[in-house]
Amino acid sequence: MNLTAVASIYKFEMARTFRSIFQSVISPVVSTSLYFVVFGAAIGSRIDTVEGIQYGAFIVPGLMMLQMLMQSVTNAALGIYFPKFIGTIYEVQSAPVSVIEIVMGYVGAAATKSMMIGLIILATASLFVDLQIQHPLAMLAFMVLTCISFALFGFIIGIWAGNFEQLNLIPMLVITPLVFLGGAFYSISMLPEAWQTIALFNPVVYLVSGFRWSFFSMSDVSVGLSLLAIAGFLILCLAVITWIFKTGWKLRS
Amino acid sequence: MAPIISVKDLTKTYENGFEALKGINLDIEEGEVLALLGPNGAGKTTLISIICGIANKSGGSVTVGGHDITRDFRKARDMIGLVPQEMAVEVFEKVIDTVKFSRGLFGKGKDPAHIERVLRDLTLWDKKDNRIRELSGGMKRRVMIAKALSHEPRVLFLDEPTAGVDVELRKEMWDVMRELKKSGVTIILTTHYIEEAEAMADRVGVISKGELLVVEETDSLMKSLGKKVLEIELDKPVDDVPPALAQKGVTLSPTGKLVYTYDTAAEQTGITDILADLKKAGLRLADLSTKQSSLEDIFVDLVAQQKAEEDAA
Repeated sequence: MNLTAVASIYKFEMARTFRSIFQSVISPVVSTSLYFVVFGAAIGSRIDTVEGIQYGAFIVPGLMMLQMLMQSVTNAALGIYFPKFIGTIYEVQSAPVSVIEIVMGYVGAAATKSMMIGLIILATASLFVDLQIQHPLAMLAFMVLTCISFALFGFIIGIWAGNFEQLNLIPMLVITPLVFLGGAFYSISMLPEAWQTIALFNPVVYLVSGFRWSFFSMSDVSVGLSLLAIAGFLILCLAVITWIFKTGWKLRS
Repeated sequence: MAPIISVKDLTKTYENGFEALKGINLDIEEGEVLALLGPNGAGKTTLISIICGIANKSGGSVTVGGHDITRDFRKARDMIGLVPQEMAVEVFEKVIDTVKFSRGLFGKGKDPAHIERVLRDLTLWDKKDNRIRELSGGMKRRVMIAKALSHEPRVLFLDEPTAGVDVELRKEMWDVMRELKKSGVTIILTTHYIEEAEAMADRVGVISKGELLVVEETDSLMKSLGKKVLEIELDKPVDDVPPALAQKGVTLSPTGKLVYTYDTAAEQTGITDILADLKKAGLRLADLSTKQSSLEDIFVDLVAQQKAEEDAA
């Protein structure tokens, strides 16, 4: 195992993040505050509680999920797409590193960044609403698993993408709707019955539900099912990445 | 001594069916400078890409330092530094950071002394804290060489190191290469410039259409380069070469000129005798010209020959 290489990629990617730390931090803080103004204060004041929880607090896990999913996917996608775009990927390809090491470096850095952003949102949210996290360890575990799985997903997109448009396509067209329809801002039980059934095919439902459970001990689906869903997604992404490197798809002509 | 790089029956066929390499066999000795010459699309870059691990091979085998590039890719790649043809640098990074990153990527521990030496040798030390985008094109190319040397490779691949650089910078690049050669690094460079191959290489390989047409020591190529051709245009064209001249090796060209090939390094070129014989035969000269065969001619001949063989087949 070439751990020095993993550390090098990780540090290099993190340095990129910290160089633009202002944008990295300010944008999630601003957008989270906006959500709180709109959903928490304006609309939330008329909703009062959902399943006994203050609406402002209820949307916190969903908001974190939304940002973490988006950030994980876009960061990891850009992380591997950018060297491909400017041509410096040759160096990684010609280095004595294996698939797993390259993935650990890039995905690790992207997941770290979105973890940081998740925690910043949590801190911002706690300024607006009263939050008590009932299962902090489970919360962290969900965060880590989600960030890693979706960073892996982003990594695949970054390898697949042939231009910047494609790079933004999946986050915009897939992740955003899945999160909005995945119960980030409401409980699935608030939907008409037919839609509830459809919602169960949305993988994000399981993520948000499990994550919300770690805050409030309440969930739309069972926690075990949530974990299973994340684990399944993680394994699927790993399998695709292994295949990519084995065949050299889009990487080695 | 075993070759540091050994390429056996290497083939590469792209998905669209294009055969980029058709069974390359090549041994590269440790410490030599080998120049690969060839027209665009000949397969030079494909060959390098496969050895360095950027492209997958279709068949055959390659070993670097005795390590198979597929089975033992870590050990093989460990020995190689690559400077690709296309300019590719992380423009927002500082010079020193990007060079350190390269070293780490190859799994080598920190060695500030080595990094400093590499940067100084490439006259980049003063620019070490500059962002790469602030550097000139030539300096950026040096950064790429510095990255390739950061992990102390024993073999350095330079893919068209002087393509699109001005004459002065080209000379500087050559100095850099000479220094590297002195330090014992094996260098494989691809080039369009015959002059570059002549100036730098111990051996020259000519690639065309995925085949290695010839690999020869530059010196022995230079020897054939030492040959000159004397062309004699006669007042009135002749049908046959007079026997006295034919004996000395003079031939008749399709255009009716007398052609004599001689070695400039020889004690006697035989030109005086030939001129005397001409006079004896009563032939009058209209014009005389000599020309030197260059590596370029040899190269062009080889490629033309390959084409002719193909057309015949």
